[in-house]
Amino acid sequence: MFARSKFAAIVQRWLVFVIFVLVWQWAATVVDQTVFPTPSAILGQVRTLWFSGPPSHLFLGSRVSDDILPSIERLATGWAIASVAGVVIGITLGLSSTLADYASGVLAFMRAVPPVMLVPVFIVLFHIGDTMQLATIIFGSIWPVLLNAVDGARSVDPIKRDTARAYRIGRVRWITTVVLPAAAPKIFAGLRINLAIALILMVVSEFVGSPNGLGYVITNAQDTFDYKSMWAGIALVSLLGFMLNRLLVAVEDRALAWHHSSTRLLEG
Amino acid sequence: MSKSIQRSVRGLIGAVICLGLWQLADQLHWVDPTFIPGPVEIGRRVWQLFGTAEFRVDFVATLLAWLIAILSATVVAVPLGLLLGSMPVLRGALSAVVDMLRPIPTVTLIPLVLTAFGDGAQIKIILAAFASIWPILFNVIYGLREVDPLFVDTARAFRAGRLRTALSVRLPYIAPFALTGIRMSAAISLVVVVSTEFINNAGIGFGSYVVLNGEQTGDTPMVIGGVVIAGILGCLVNGLLQGAQNRWFSWATEGA
Repeated sequence: MFARSKFAAIVQRWLVFVIFVLVWQWAATVVDQTVFPTPSAILGQVRTLWFSGPPSHLFLGSRVSDDILPSIERLATGWAIASVAGVVIGITLGLSSTLADYASGVLAFMRAVPPVMLVPVFIVLFHIGDTMQLATIIFGSIWPVLLNAVDGARSVDPIKRDTARAYRIGRVRWITTVVLPAAAPKIFAGLRINLAIALILMVVSEFVGSPNGLGYVITNAQDTFDYKSMWAGIALVSLLGFMLNRLLVAVEDRALAWHHSSTRLLEG
Repeated sequence: MSKSIQRSVRGLIGAVICLGLWQLADQLHWVDPTFIPGPVEIGRRVWQLFGTAEFRVDFVATLLAWLIAILSATVVAVPLGLLLGSMPVLRGALSAVVDMLRPIPTVTLIPLVLTAFGDGAQIKIILAAFASIWPILFNVIYGLREVDPLFVDTARAFRAGRLRTALSVRLPYIAPFALTGIRMSAAISLVVVVSTEFINNAGIGFGSYVVLNGEQTGDTPMVIGGVVIAGILGCLVNGLLQGAQNRWFSWATEGA
């Protein structure tokens, strides 16, 4: 029963997607304009820009190393550093509720700062380049994970805390086997938010200061009124965000399988 | 209550300690003050900024764009959410399209919209409203699923029509959910408004001012001052909306 309704939902989803694309294709062909190219033209542009290389290079075009790889590298490095640092700092703060209280003012302020405001700051501090982009991504996307890690670490069941104390569980084991798993669901929720922020910061920092990357492709196309390349860039950034999010959800499902099954048991 | 006051006091003390250490690090030249200026210097710069008429105009322009964006997103998203939430077939079909549009980071659309539709203030409002619709919409739809069926059945027993049920049973029930969505949207739309101003720095607005008068002249106190102003603004709006939620919808949190 469940499997069938799930299957039907997927079919319905893709059906709507196909209809949407077909309507767009039809409307963009009928109405004579340049701003909204047809989906097939956008796809064609994606191919000619990045996937028209020789078979020996897996069909990857020469521009892949200029446009796509630098973006992915910045995004992955920045996001990874921000995530690890966020979890470590967040758990450390969350272990002591007094410490978390003292940090709460600064954290509330940092969370309220729109992350893109950091772009001009780091341009002035580090000038245009990779350091500035990495700093923007790290500093802008660390807060959701950090705050959620604090919350998660503070949400440890008091019974577990007392049990661990009764058995004289050491500090390291206490953190790795009790606190981290207890905080994991919250941490994963934070990771998804900070992935979205990291993607936005990657694009914006490439808009205003970068000689390469997908953001640069889009602004460069803007300067030359090349709508097809602009849409190709938008499509690729969206695809990148979509795939990374899916990947993260898949990892989360595996890592938190115990959590989902235990909550299901509790709910009956 | 006293626990939350204690928390706030500690938060404030922590912030003062951080600022103090920062200032000390600058005074004692642990960090180069020309690289990262101290809080006193930045505070002075912020004060000076609000003294210039040009900055005030740009600042108010951004505030207005932000406000209009949130308002229009609310006006569109709440009725749309009510409609979608009450009609499962429509919701199924549209959620597929929404799922498709949502992964597109709105900021990537900025250059496209700027070249295609000009660079007036309406552009940043449209983009910010577009980005702000989703959290409100999802929260409203989510809230509708949580509506106690007993209330809906009661309304039906009293022969209340579809519209009447939507307005006097569903709408009050989803109000706290909508406000949560608006609080999320407030943060998102500020990001979009400011990003648009960065990219279109010939226009009017807080973001353009920071780029033209701070970034391009390498004025560090000014760009950090911009972050401080935006952060305080974000804190204020978030606190205001949180306060509204506590004051008017405290019954919702008590029930949950």
